[in-house]
Amino acid sequence: MNHGEPGFFEDPARIRKIVIALYVLCGLLAAAGLLVHWHAHFDFEAWPAFYGIYGFLGYSFIVFSAKGLRKLIKRPEDYYDA
Amino acid sequence: MHSLPPGAILMLGAPLLPFLLEGAAARLPAPADPELRAPAPSASAARDSSLELFGQTLVPIRIDRLALVWGHVFHIAAMLGALYALRVDDRVQQTAAPIYAGSAIAAAFAGDLLTLFVYWELTAVSSVFLVWAGRSLFGERSLRAGMRYLIIQVTSGVLLLAGAVMHVADSGSLAFDHLGLVSPGTTLIFLAFGMKACFPLLHNWLQDAYPESTPSGTVFLSAFSTKLAIYALARGFAGTECLIWIGAIMTAFPIFFAVIENDLRRVLAYSLNNQLGFMVVGIGVGTELALNGTAAHAFAHILYKGLLFMSMGAVLMRTGTIKASELGGLHKSMPWTTVFCIVGALSISAMPLFSGFTTKSMIITAVGDHHLLWVFLVLVFASAGVVDHSGIKVPFFTFFAHDSGRRVKEAPLEMLIAMGITAALCVAIGIFPAPLYRILPYDIEYHAYTGGHVVGQLQLLFFAAMAFAILFRSGLYPPEVRSRNLDSDWLYRKLAPAMLRPVVAGCGAIDGAWRSARAAVATRGGALIARVCGPRGFLGGAWTTGGAVVWISVVLLGFLLAYYRH
Repeated sequence: MNHGEPGFFEDPARIRKIVIALYVLCGLLAAAGLLVHWHAHFDFEAWPAFYGIYGFLGYSFIVFSAKGLRKLIKRPEDYYDA
Repeated sequence: MHSLPPGAILMLGAPLLPFLLEGAAARLPAPADPELRAPAPSASAARDSSLELFGQTLVPIRIDRLALVWGHVFHIAAMLGALYALRVDDRVQQTAAPIYAGSAIAAAFAGDLLTLFVYWELTAVSSVFLVWAGRSLFGERSLRAGMRYLIIQVTSGVLLLAGAVMHVADSGSLAFDHLGLVSPGTTLIFLAFGMKACFPLLHNWLQDAYPESTPSGTVFLSAFSTKLAIYALARGFAGTECLIWIGAIMTAFPIFFAVIENDLRRVLAYSLNNQLGFMVVGIGVGTELALNGTAAHAFAHILYKGLLFMSMGAVLMRTGTIKASELGGLHKSMPWTTVFCIVGALSISAMPLFSGFTTKSMIITAVGDHHLLWVFLVLVFASAGVVDHSGIKVPFFTFFAHDSGRRVKEAPLEMLIAMGITAALCVAIGIFPAPLYRILPYDIEYHAYTGGHVVGQLQLLFFAAMAFAILFRSGLYPPEVRSRNLDSDWLYRKLAPAMLRPVVAGCGAIDGAWRSARAAVATRGGALIARVCGPRGFLGGAWTTGGAVVWISVVLLGFLLAYYRH
């Protein structure tokens, strides 16, 4: 439902560039994990990309389980008013 | 000045405001209490004032470093809220908001449980008017949500009073210091605090009521009640181990609800609940670093959560809706609001250089220092959840995503200024946390910006963002749809009424049977009396003279016989 010219953030080519930049940044951060000195409380913290992988998996888990939760608890908007 | 409770100016001045502002929109920010501008005294130099009542020592004002953190940020929140609400022309809100802010401030400086109770209830009674003010937008819905809110808030106060009375009977002291879960009395107080702090299953009043208020009303609501409860827990129950687990659950469960919620201010309410969880964990750990973390996080949280609610309030005001399914592309119409919302989103996501990073990391570090492995993993997991609901979902679906075609005006100037100042504070705390660290309850050394912290947090944020990009672009991210999601309020809005209905019907039937039985007795009795005593009845009817003579003779004979014996 676009109106007129696609905006700055609506150009598909530009969106693709932003997403690729995000992937590159993630790669760089994983590499930075090799160099940085971790004041780790737990051994696994010092794995170079622990936080990245944990964040990625955690995020995906949240989204997929929320989709399941929606099946369970979604009601019509006027559920309490009806 | 010394005996005037902090917050008194706000509370006492509030009823005058509508008269001062007669005929004009509110133009005055709420006045701040000058006493609190004084530099923070050290814990040992706490200033108290006390008085005797019924043999108990009341301490209406106790000023120490723990209370001052909340005193400072409550004043800042009141001023920013007042600035945001400058154009609100509603006497109810103009009066209720300063009383609410003032009573929360006074509660934070209460040195005994009775004083705390009085201000605790005053925050409940004054804030409900902010929920009810939402009737101009949401009609009947706000009124009913406000009533549920009031019942729960007042119940919390009643539990606090009952617990305080039992505690005095046990210990002989009304003082509001460390209590701990040591007796039935303190357990009731713990529950009272827990209701206001949105413990799991006691939480739903928050998500129920806050989204039903006005744009500025929700900004005020988000600042005070729950953070007052966090303060009360930190004062009374620091180091109570069960709080670690309660807090960990609080950080985790709201994020699932936030992903699928369509009302964006309700998303923020779930997110608020999740942030309170981090503070509760800090209180449960109870070390100096953890309690400093809780205080610092409460301070930062009030600002960035207020900022997020301000930006969503501006969107609601300009577009007339706050449903994600009806918004999108607003960055073209509201660029400044977009920028401020993103600052709030980065702050709550704990992006380095923004406020959440310098405060939340203290709590997580304290958990790590205690080697609480599972709690640590839950908190980091919940941090990834924050990235979703507040970091991405709120700004993305409002200002970007698909263009909803809405072309509206930018938020009004006073709202932009309020958002701008709040955003500047969020960035300032992120870049220069030292002044905030200096006013925390304990003097300890803490450095947020270590290489490990920064890289770890950036990895968490950007990999989560990458997951969003992949899921959203592949259509796996759940779409925003108009819906109402069930939560624990279902228990008292649907289940309890449904279960009570047969009971009520049963009571009605018993009552009806009893009433008709009584009516039958009355009818029959009346008929009998009418028959006996009526005009033709044996007693009530007219007798013939002869008949009367016979009866009188019988009575006289009776007397004669009776007296003859003697």
